[in-house]
Amino acid sequence: MTKKITPYRVLIAKPGLDGHDRGAKFIARALRDDGFEVIYTGIRRTPEEIAAAAIQEDVSAIGLSSLSGAHLRLFPAVVEALKKAHCHDIPVLGGGVIPDEDKEELKKAGISQVFTPGTPLEEILEAFRSACRNHRAEQP
Amino acid sequence: METLLRGIRNNEPRAIARAITIVENNEHGSESILSSLDHKSVDASLVIGITGSPGVGKSTLTNALVSSLRSLGKRVGIIAVDPSSPLSGGALLGDRIRMMSHALDPDVVVRSMATRGRLGGLCSAAGAVVRVMASAGCSPVIIETVGVGQSEMDIVRLADITMMVMAPGLGDEIQAMKAGILEVADLLVVNKMDCRGAETLTMEMESVLREKDDALRRICQTKATDGYGVDRLIETIYELESLFRQKGEFMKRRQKSREIEVIERALEMLKPQLQETFRSEINKESNDPQKAAHELIARFYKKLSAEP
Repeated sequence: MTKKITPYRVLIAKPGLDGHDRGAKFIARALRDDGFEVIYTGIRRTPEEIAAAAIQEDVSAIGLSSLSGAHLRLFPAVVEALKKAHCHDIPVLGGGVIPDEDKEELKKAGISQVFTPGTPLEEILEAFRSACRNHRAEQP
Repeated sequence: METLLRGIRNNEPRAIARAITIVENNEHGSESILSSLDHKSVDASLVIGITGSPGVGKSTLTNALVSSLRSLGKRVGIIAVDPSSPLSGGALLGDRIRMMSHALDPDVVVRSMATRGRLGGLCSAAGAVVRVMASAGCSPVIIETVGVGQSEMDIVRLADITMMVMAPGLGDEIQAMKAGILEVADLLVVNKMDCRGAETLTMEMESVLREKDDALRRICQTKATDGYGVDRLIETIYELESLFRQKGEFMKRRQKSREIEVIERALEMLKPQLQETFRSEINKESNDPQKAAHELIARFYKKLSAEP
């Protein structure tokens, strides 16, 4: 009998004051339909709250969404909060209305993947799959 | 493993979270975690089950309960169960949205859990998570779940005290007369007291209780969004707890839920072997499932006694 692998757990969050959650909900649903267990924390969260929730839920990846232009400040802040808790092994992926020229800076700040408008859904799902796979492989 | 066990003892959030994952999935190391737990705190902790139809305010009420319990200085554990998709196996776990006001409080341990289609198995998984939380000093541990279907009923059985939340305007009058959760709930909570029909609903519930003439059941009224009635609800919960402990009901329930869990785990362990015996020996023979099942059990016993 083949043993089914346990579903990957991911957290989808929206940091900051941006209330536009269409993108986050869309990705959350797409991940659910792809077999992920998605913890959605709703809008207007602080980076610290997101990090704390991700740690408690023992997720394998965090997805951040921002449509308001504050990503350069907020995405790295989540990585910092994880670092402070010694949990920066959890990969952080980000997406939203993000200009191409910001991608490099975000990656330098520790965001492992950045998705801009027009990224095919399958590419995003595959990025989450491989991030979770790698993270799980590293677990002792 | 050692570092993880030490982490659990030191109440490190990450270690507790890892331990919960391991026992939930029954991964390697699950047994050593469960046996290393502080059984005294597990026995002393109170497990509260909260259930009710979607939208009656379970998560909001849980959040309000946590606020009040925190002001009493309690360390609280919450297991929020949501259904998995039967098609993809995925799940959207959204109960945390209502509880984010406690996200930064280290003494509020929240864990979202998906049902993962494991009809019975959920009970043993949730039971293990309850023990990890209780051992980490959480009391009460709250299990929150949508109250439909057998698996939820089973989870509720894990709880020492079961709370059924309802709200006016959702057709609860007839629902209440149906068999099921209402019969096992110790506490009926009428939430959304500011809405029309709440008093009527309360009166209906009171008459339900009166019919049964049950001295161990209570009704509370709340409005979870502003915390109205929540302190009274907590008083009632603790009053019931001490009543149950006095009357020996508490230990009786613990033993019952332990029995359910043990049997469930045993069945889970037996399943693959039964399947194997079925496929290799029974499959082609009989058309009658009942007869085949008897035959399967007989063969299985024989196989067992043949083994040294």
